[in-house]
Amino acid sequence: MTRFMPRALLAPAVVTLFLWMIVPLLMTIYFSLIRYNLMQPEVSGFAGLDNFDFFVTDASFTVAVSNTLILLASVIAITVVGGVALALLIDEPFPGRGFVRLLLISPFFVMPTVNALMWKHMMMNPIYGVLAQVWQFFGAEPIDWLTDFPLGSVVMMISWQWMPFATLILMTSLQSLNREQLEAARMDGANYFQRLRHMYLPHMARSIAVVVMIEMIFLVSVFAEIFTTTGGGPGDASTNVAFLIFKHALLNFDAGVASAGALFAVLLANIAAFFLIRMIGKNLD
Amino acid sequence: MQDSKRNLPNRLGLQKLPKGRSVGSWPTRPGIAQLLRTLLAWGVTLLLFFPIAWLALTAFKTELQAIEIPPVLFFTPTLENFQEVQERSDYLLYAKNSVVTSVISTLVGLLIAAPAAYSMAFFRTKRTRDILMWMLSTKMMPAVGALVPIYVLAQKAGLLDTQLALIIMFTLGNLPIMVWMLYSHFKDIPKEILEASRMDGASLWNEMRHVLLPLGMGGLASTGLLCLVLSWNEAFWALNLSSAKAGTLATLIASYSSPEGLFWAKLSAASLMAIAPVVVFGWFCQKQLVQGLTFGAVK
Repeated sequence: MTRFMPRALLAPAVVTLFLWMIVPLLMTIYFSLIRYNLMQPEVSGFAGLDNFDFFVTDASFTVAVSNTLILLASVIAITVVGGVALALLIDEPFPGRGFVRLLLISPFFVMPTVNALMWKHMMMNPIYGVLAQVWQFFGAEPIDWLTDFPLGSVVMMISWQWMPFATLILMTSLQSLNREQLEAARMDGANYFQRLRHMYLPHMARSIAVVVMIEMIFLVSVFAEIFTTTGGGPGDASTNVAFLIFKHALLNFDAGVASAGALFAVLLANIAAFFLIRMIGKNLD
Repeated sequence: MQDSKRNLPNRLGLQKLPKGRSVGSWPTRPGIAQLLRTLLAWGVTLLLFFPIAWLALTAFKTELQAIEIPPVLFFTPTLENFQEVQERSDYLLYAKNSVVTSVISTLVGLLIAAPAAYSMAFFRTKRTRDILMWMLSTKMMPAVGALVPIYVLAQKAGLLDTQLALIIMFTLGNLPIMVWMLYSHFKDIPKEILEASRMDGASLWNEMRHVLLPLGMGGLASTGLLCLVLSWNEAFWALNLSSAKAGTLATLIASYSSPEGLFWAKLSAASLMAIAPVVVFGWFCQKQLVQGLTFGAVK
């Protein structure tokens, strides 16, 4: 084995990923600085920072940023709290545990467009939807979820999808918890909440952090769920940054403004990525 | 460490536990607590699984039954919807696109990722760690950040709405995950086995073919499976780069979002056919699939 061989084997992956990283980035930076409309090829020229200015001062921008953050924060909060509770609940053997695990993980494998439409039509439809039926059963006025709580509805769908992910990761981490210590703590009279506070949660802390980071990366650019249900509306009520960029790019055909927005999204994602990479890096050796 | 030595009899189950207290149950009234917890676990699970069950049920109803109030639970199942989905929107074409794009992108990905992972796992250099980290960082870039350039490139190259465009995008998106997963699997293979084969004069090809491949099969399989699932479910590039010709099942389902597509039974039938393979598949390899997504940060 020559010294050359390992490098030759590594090269295709490195070159591919390098191109994948650098080409779109350079193009995005270039597009963000020129006037570039996909439908008006005659409009051209250097735009300076106009695109950034347009994207950031657009009324939708503030809404989109706050929607992105609300969506991220609520989904993460719901899935982590729910995931911890579920993982603890099914941590110890009970009849049918294996089957429960299978059913629990299922939502995670449902493709986003199916997830979205299933909730939009069959669950949340204000007349025929299951939720409306339940509301009516209890004598309450059915809610028109997607019109009245568009962002909340999207949060609900995505949480439903990602809670199984959190549950499975946290369940895996619980399996390495030292059972004798747990037993000893109980013999010494520690009640459930003391054990939760001092044993379960500290043990899960790292996994919780990983779940939070991974979810941040995947959820900062939620797209399909919004595209197929609310279309970002009503108005901008459920538009996040990713969807706003899409609107600029493929609905308004303004590649310049969309590129300016894209750089902003990349910046947003990199903040989350920075911490995750450091955490995973520590784990590497 | 000392602790676990002292408790060895306990670990081996030799020490008798107090009556009525199985290891790990709640302290008070074990019988009732256990029962309550079992019921709660089942209740929550069924609640969370309900939408999927309801979707599956609706797929076998007629359109009228699907929107009946109150909802019907017992009915004579019909297979009409599945037939109509095929006739109305050529389900098989989209299914074929899904299969082709996910399988080919996975294979291409493995071909690029496996040598790289092999190289990094068995010929570590000072830079290996940095390269791995950098590869991971490319996955952190949100897809929407590359939407405009990729769309423009695809348009200029005449690749809009082609399988090739999707295959390329899926491969690029999955490549970092593949390298990472394979790397962490290969790392666990004892170096000595490979070195021994090399000493015996095996060529690189023979070493890969007869030593690495059999030993790394588990890793290759679970990596491939995760990428199949991810590509199958991928919706961002599928929605933006493809439509009627190269569209995958994710795009077919999205076309039902328009008001005129409001045929619940048919939507359910199409959805069921789109998710069933992956969900069933996920049941078998849930652990590997989900852990792969954490880049080995949770073991």
